[in-house]
Amino acid sequence: MPTPVVTVRALTKRYGRTVAVADVSLDVNEGEIFGLIGPNGAGKTTTMECIQGSRRADGGTISVLGLDPRRDATALRRRIGVQHQEAQLQKRIKVWEALDLWASMYDRERVVNGDVLLERLGLAGKRDAWFMNLSGGQKQRLFIALALIHQPELVFLDELTTGLDPQARRAIWELIRDIRQRGSTVFLTTHLMEEAERLCDRVAIIEHGRVIEMGTPRELVTRHCAERRVIYTTDEEGGERLHELRGEGDDFVTDVIHRIASDGARVRGFRTEMPTLEEVFLKLTGRAIRD
Amino acid sequence: MLKGLFKLSWIEMKIFVREPMGVIGSLLLPVLLFVFVGRALRFSPRGGAGIPVSRLPFNIAILTALLISLGAVQSLVGIMAIYREGGILKRLRATPLSPVTILGSHVMVKLGFTLVALVLMILAGRRVLPDAMPASGVSFVAAVLLGTTSILSFGFVMASLVRSARFAQVLGATLTYVMLALSGVFFPVDRLPRWLQFVANSLPTTHAVTLMRAIWAGEPWMTQLATVGALAVIFAACIGFSARWFRWE
Ligand SMILES: Nc1ncnc2c1ncn2[C@@H]1O[C@H](COP(=O)(O)OP(=O)(O)O)[C@@H](O)[C@H]1O
Ligand SMILES: [Mg+2]
Repeated sequence: MPTPVVTVRALTKRYGRTVAVADVSLDVNEGEIFGLIGPNGAGKTTTMECIQGSRRADGGTISVLGLDPRRDATALRRRIGVQHQEAQLQKRIKVWEALDLWASMYDRERVVNGDVLLERLGLAGKRDAWFMNLSGGQKQRLFIALALIHQPELVFLDELTTGLDPQARRAIWELIRDIRQRGSTVFLTTHLMEEAERLCDRVAIIEHGRVIEMGTPRELVTRHCAERRVIYTTDEEGGERLHELRGEGDDFVTDVIHRIASDGARVRGFRTEMPTLEEVFLKLTGRAIRD
Repeated sequence: MLKGLFKLSWIEMKIFVREPMGVIGSLLLPVLLFVFVGRALRFSPRGGAGIPVSRLPFNIAILTALLISLGAVQSLVGIMAIYREGGILKRLRATPLSPVTILGSHVMVKLGFTLVALVLMILAGRRVLPDAMPASGVSFVAAVLLGTTSILSFGFVMASLVRSARFAQVLGATLTYVMLALSGVFFPVDRLPRWLQFVANSLPTTHAVTLMRAIWAGEPWMTQLATVGALAVIFAACIGFSARWFRWE
């Protein structure tokens, strides 16, 4: 039985007349990478900030690491790491000064070597640079470093790789898997389905402030987009011929292989296509463009 | 907590120094003004000894001290607005640092620069305007820092009221002029109409000037308890207000 480190029940939050979060319930289990995914304005950031304790919920109950995020805010802040969407630091603070400041706030035993962290995030050369002179991606990586400096039990990452190039994105995924390996739990939001699919053990899809689906990326794909495709080419008298077969179920691909084998066809190319989380997402949240 | 306060204050101090305009505005400008006016008085164009300091319509040392202190407050209000707009306050608030540490570091930095500016003014004043100098430099600096603390707390009230950095500049500047005009440096407060006297007495600057003037003239601190009390009451009221209304984002 997995132990939940975050338990949310019936969370609601309004901004004036806008209902940002309506009746969200979810659990995040110890040691997993949990992704809250959804379109812009769906309520991801609001949900996350209520869980961190930096925003007061209008209704519902939240428990994080056994603490009440509002009442035990100070105790909680020592044990979690956060990265905000679109955050800034003092324009002229140096990278090493920020790390040094953050390192000084936490339990000495848990704090990791800032230079090693910078190295891993490809920021070693920017140690003495001012925050304002970093590129968008470098700023983002610095914030991730600040969120991880004390090896927190639970890390919140809001849109962690937005604005990063593919190389940096992959390096950060690697780092996130690594901290999970060392025992941290990760709660992240993203609107990039590839990221969710590759990184998250479980995801919850949120739309208009409500969780509409939850499970492992694979589960969601089988549940909502069961169709697989097999595409293969065979050598025929008139040249190459392309075949495309569609079907459902776990045995579909095996069946196709058996059939081709018994036909005795000469197969030149063969591939199967599984639907991705992106397709599930589009199916569930619609294809209309939003802000 | 104290460790965090010193660390953050030290970093904020370095950050402030990295922006030359801020340092020039809060440190050099008032002192240069003081020296320049001082020299102009001393060596009038027609030769001779110039106007004696005592004949000036205002006390030049107190005016300079007040300008230093108001400059600090304006800078504080601006920084708060910029930090809020950029999400810096929100980011710091999400750490184990206490709110008192986060905001207190800026008070420390402002008081630190006020102290340096005052020392520069006194060192320069001893050479160019000895007759404008306070009875006791140390007492005078203490009085200015006390007044500045109270004025800074008023700065947090302003910072609580404004949302945008742009508006903060405007409000900061406007209130600075009002505070300067009503402070009593240029004319006695009791010459104002009743309601304006009430406004003046609700502002920390007025009491700060009263205290500075008395200490400048060498009056003992014991005679200034009422003024110090007024500064303390305003400080407490402002901190109370800010604790309730200060916005982190
Ligand atoms: N501080 C705020 N004041 C008013 N409305 C807000 C505020 N923050 C978010 N909202 C609104 O709440 C909804 C959810 O926003 P948010 O949680 O930021 O979504 P997401 O992170 O999924 O993009 C949106 O409609 C947004 O406009
Ligand atoms: Mg968001």
